[in-house]
Amino acid sequence: MPFLEIRNLEKKFGNVDVLKGIDLAIEEGGFLVLVGPSGCGKSTLLNTIAGLETITKGEIHINGRKVNDLHPSERDIAMVFQSYALYPNMTVAQNIAFGMEIKGVPKPERDKAVNDVSETLQIKHLLDRKPSQLSGGQRQRVAMGRALVRRPLVFLFDEPLSNLDAKLRVDMRTEIKRLHQSMKTTIVYVTHDQIEAMTLASRIAVLKDGILQQFGTPAEIYNHPANMFVADFMGSPAMNLIPVSVERSGQSVRLSMPQRSGDPLTLALPDSAGKIAGHAGGNVIFGIRPEALTDPDGADRGSAGVVLSECQIEVVEPAGSDTFAVTHLGGKQVVARLRADARVAAGSRMKLAFNLDKAVFFDPGTQLRIA
Amino acid sequence: MSAPSPEIAVKTRSLTRILIYAALIVFAVYYLLPLYVMLVNSLKPLDEIRQGDMLSLPQQFTLDPWFSAWSTAQIGVQPTGLKPYFLNSILMVVPAVAASTLLGALNGYVLTKWRFPGDNLVFTLMLLSCFIPFQIVLIPMAKVLGLLNLAGTTWGLALVHAVYGIGFTTLFFRNYYEAFPTELVRAAMIDGASFFQIFRRILLPSSGPIIVVTVIWQFTNIWNDFLFGVSFADVNSLPMTVALNNLVSSSTGVKEYNVHFAGAILAALPTLIVYVVSGRYFVRGLMAGAVKG
Repeated sequence: MPFLEIRNLEKKFGNVDVLKGIDLAIEEGGFLVLVGPSGCGKSTLLNTIAGLETITKGEIHINGRKVNDLHPSERDIAMVFQSYALYPNMTVAQNIAFGMEIKGVPKPERDKAVNDVSETLQIKHLLDRKPSQLSGGQRQRVAMGRALVRRPLVFLFDEPLSNLDAKLRVDMRTEIKRLHQSMKTTIVYVTHDQIEAMTLASRIAVLKDGILQQFGTPAEIYNHPANMFVADFMGSPAMNLIPVSVERSGQSVRLSMPQRSGDPLTLALPDSAGKIAGHAGGNVIFGIRPEALTDPDGADRGSAGVVLSECQIEVVEPAGSDTFAVTHLGGKQVVARLRADARVAAGSRMKLAFNLDKAVFFDPGTQLRIA
Repeated sequence: MSAPSPEIAVKTRSLTRILIYAALIVFAVYYLLPLYVMLVNSLKPLDEIRQGDMLSLPQQFTLDPWFSAWSTAQIGVQPTGLKPYFLNSILMVVPAVAASTLLGALNGYVLTKWRFPGDNLVFTLMLLSCFIPFQIVLIPMAKVLGLLNLAGTTWGLALVHAVYGIGFTTLFFRNYYEAFPTELVRAAMIDGASFFQIFRRILLPSSGPIIVVTVIWQFTNIWNDFLFGVSFADVNSLPMTVALNNLVSSSTGVKEYNVHFAGAILAALPTLIVYVVSGRYFVRGLMAGAVKG
């Protein structure tokens, strides 16, 4: 039985449908990340779980208990807000203990809990300070301390790292992951950053316009995106989505895509790509991640689906660990990820290795994945 | 095209400076002159004022006019001085300011953090009450005070001022709390705090500047009010402003200008003190809602 379950959840603000029938479930100790562009409804979904927003239709269950009509304080959840939402007039210790104080927990017990939590988060030296005297990272820790001390069934994080600078964000990300591994509490985490989603989640839910696009493990989402939106949204640089025509010549099936100059580039599909054979004579969208499109020496030797083909390189972007080469296929800019020391010059032609085992195909009309 | 040389730029700048300061000083003197006249003349015996020079410093320094204005001058028919009326004003101002400030804060809290359908309409109506002229409400208010059995009492007067002030105080607090982060309220809700606990523990402690603004605003307006005082108070509950008028306009025989001046300063003193003590916060508080961060 799932620990947190959301059934056919709908939310309207006046006439606007913000959430249109969301179904999600996560096991105990799972790390669910809600990801999507701004305005997709991910924060609203989190707020409905917290009880800060009412729901129009559907049910929310936590640990087998229906919580639809319960007050936020009775749902056994804790939340870390984007702005941290630390009470500015209280010290760090008072902030952490506020919930217990309201519940009427006696002072010695409160002090002990505050002490334990501040030790876990290494904020003991900050207990007497006011939030205005803390740095961004410290505020973040205090906000987590206030959530931890409640020992909730479910932690809710609303874009907790988006106010931190880039380096600190990576550190805190690791810290949250470590904390989750040691405490094994169920977490629901909202972010618009797909890297945070990939690194933290045990399950990812991708949302767009209030509709759940795909729900699965990070690997499923990354390798088998359900539609072109998910394919484009997850991964950086984004997956190349190239309009191609499918041609049959004898036994084999080929993909053909026009280049900026010269003959169209054709790729013979390996036998494994059987499903696409049914689309021969038609057009499909050919999706290939930049890391599956590389220089011949950097290609995956274990894969049987590697096909070499010469392309015109238009732009070269060295990024230190990799070199990105931009070419032009099927009327789209296409990014290839080469080894850092690959010898490549802008304006020249070079052989690129297409790993067709990693390729995915979408229907240009419905945008859904077909193979 | 060459830029003006640095020396010329500096000279022009200091010349502008001098002009600005000169203008400011002229204005300051102009505004302070009435206060100066009142102060000097309240410290002179009456004979000296009669000689005609209002601007000269007292030749014979005396505090008698002040004592007289405070405790022995003729107000209407009683030689009580302004003292009992000063007390009346205090008894009227303190509850009226406290009640209207507290209710305004509560209204602002509800109108921003506990939104309900039609909340903007309610706010607009409350805002409208700021624009109702005093004169329009005189007769209905007199009727209400009669029904409540509060006619002619200090409590009645305090009630009138509290009710009349709620529109303004609600406006102040509503705009201040509009910028107050809603996430704090949500965090407190998750922590289990109730409606009033959130108000008292989270919002009020952060409301210092706007409370100061509201208190100054309400204190000054209520203390200086004349129309409500003269309309609704009876002889024993007259506020300071009305008593001052009676002192100045109804004394028989000789006009004791020095006593009148002293009385006028006494009447203005509390608002003056409030400004001097908390004027800094007043400006800061007025700006607080305007500029975020």
